[in-house]
Amino acid sequence: MSTKTPRVVLVDDHGLFRSGVRAELGRQVEVVGEADDVQPAIDLIGELLPDVVLLDVHLPGGGGQAVVQAVKGSHPDVRFLALSASDAPEDVIAVIRAGARGYVTKTISTAELADAVRRVAAGDAVFSHRLAGFVLDAFAAAPQAPSDVKPSFDSELDQLTSREREVLRLIAQGYTYKEIAKELFISTKTVESHVSSVLRKLQLSTRHQLTRWAAERRLA
Amino acid sequence: MEHPDRWHRDGPGHRGPFGRHGPFGLRERHTGHGGPLRREQADRLGGGVAAGIAAWRGFSPTTVRIVFVLVTLVSTGWGVPLYVLAWLFIPAAGADANIFSKARNDAGGIRLAVGLASLLIFVLLVAGALNGGWFIGWASPQVFSVAGLALIWRNGAEDDQATLRHLLEPLGVATGDVRPNRRSALRLVIAGALMAGGLGWLFSAHASLALLRPLGGVLLVIAAIVLALGPWWLRIARDLALERQAKARADERLDIGARVHDSVLQTLALIQRRADDPQKVIQLARMQERELRSWLFEGRDPDEADEELTVAGGVRKIQQDVEARYGVPVEAVTVGDCDLDDNLTALLAAAGEATVNAAKWSGAGVISLFAEVEPGEVSIVVRDRGKGFDPEAVPEDRKGLAESVHGRMTRRGGTATVTTAPGEGTKVTLKMPRSSLSAGRT
Repeated sequence: MSTKTPRVVLVDDHGLFRSGVRAELGRQVEVVGEADDVQPAIDLIGELLPDVVLLDVHLPGGGGQAVVQAVKGSHPDVRFLALSASDAPEDVIAVIRAGARGYVTKTISTAELADAVRRVAAGDAVFSHRLAGFVLDAFAAAPQAPSDVKPSFDSELDQLTSREREVLRLIAQGYTYKEIAKELFISTKTVESHVSSVLRKLQLSTRHQLTRWAAERRLA
Repeated sequence: MEHPDRWHRDGPGHRGPFGRHGPFGLRERHTGHGGPLRREQADRLGGGVAAGIAAWRGFSPTTVRIVFVLVTLVSTGWGVPLYVLAWLFIPAAGADANIFSKARNDAGGIRLAVGLASLLIFVLLVAGALNGGWFIGWASPQVFSVAGLALIWRNGAEDDQATLRHLLEPLGVATGDVRPNRRSALRLVIAGALMAGGLGWLFSAHASLALLRPLGGVLLVIAAIVLALGPWWLRIARDLALERQAKARADERLDIGARVHDSVLQTLALIQRRADDPQKVIQLARMQERELRSWLFEGRDPDEADEELTVAGGVRKIQQDVEARYGVPVEAVTVGDCDLDDNLTALLAAAGEATVNAAKWSGAGVISLFAEVEPGEVSIVVRDRGKGFDPEAVPEDRKGLAESVHGRMTRRGGTATVTTAPGEGTKVTLKMPRSSLSAGRT
């Protein structure tokens, strides 16, 4: 984990929320800029090159994933942490699959948010307990549905290892990485690498079940 | 929308001249009320005209209705437009203005009335060409009835419109206003068959082919009228459809408004009043958040009763109950879902007890509740970061609760494990195997 304070850009269409986060995070991270929509955000990020972008999932001009997709190609070093009030699996999965390194809800406490920003800046993944639940749910739904799933070129991507499952379960139960390490008798680094591996699977898996699952969840 | 059964309960026969008081009119009025003539809303079958006249002059409404039906029979149908005119011109009881005074300024309504009337005239012309006979005599007065009813429909009070809707309900199937069910479809098919049979009969009665010769001229006239008036009728139909859509949108807005008022504004008011009690404010905000979220994103009404039918529903219920009663936030995550059976109901009861226990004793700021439905078993973990306890030195009252959680689980073939130590928080892990029945219905 890097020791210098991460430089952060806030992207959210609610000015009130931006100023709230800026005031709360003020001392722990360096907020270098704010944007309220997709295009201004893309321009600003290209100009400032922050370490982390705190990104609202719901933006008027196309949603958070549009920002991630636009920036990812030109500036792969900029990392995204998604923030949302909705918790709708569809939105969360979409922005994660676009390339965000983590997802937290807007009700998160300041200390936890600052911690999440630092973690993302250091290249780790951040899973809220709810996202962990979504992922378990998505990868558990019909583990091997033979007929309607295209055989993936890398089947390892389509399944979670039992260790990853355990880690996700503990995150869903509100454990911190440190507590998980203690519970499973492994190092915090190993926990982090498990979570990063889950994130990679979540982003790269070709199971279109994942998208369908998210869509169904919304209708259910 | 009122339920149509309300209107069919007495059978269609009773909607006729005798009204709902039977042929001898149980309610007798001998003296009039002495006031001006008004349509009676309380005792109405149609526009309340008969009831109004009865109340005005002191007759029984049934007598007035019988007289009205007789007049209609004798005058070959002119009683109906007469009634509609009375409906238009006599103000309702308690109202000052009649419907006509409002309809006068309603350009769209007048267009609609004239359009419908011309459509009916057109139909009558065609029927006349096909030698309609007595039918024409009866139907021609209804040109005025239709126009009048259109004006009432557009400009009448809410209950006038409701009455019309019920009276016109059978026609609604044809216009797509009422969703057709199997019975009404059957009715339409039978009606179609009867009509085809009747027309066939009529034509075969005039077997002479010479009769068909003027038909060419008739067809030309029909084509001309359709060409001239068709687009106008289409526009009227489209206007009606647009109006219906606008009404649906307005209804939806009202629904959202009511929801916001009922829950959100109420909660905000409560929060303002309880501003000095942060615990209560958080609790209110969370409750409202959950309610709004389930309504907005999951399309589920929080008041719906089916909450507890599945594991996820049961977990949500525990979360709501504990947050409402103890003011401790519960972070619930559910993976998978299945229907409840007796075993899983016991599991949820045990989980509920464990959660309440954590809320009451642990002193933790938040409790996590994690449920996972797997093919073979359902597990629920209740965890807090509170003060924990020494399992060896548990006070009697807490032991009782632990026993009841434990007992509930083991009786049904499940397990309950409590992991705790002073200062370490408490974790209750409950596992219940799924019976083959519920395992089949994930």
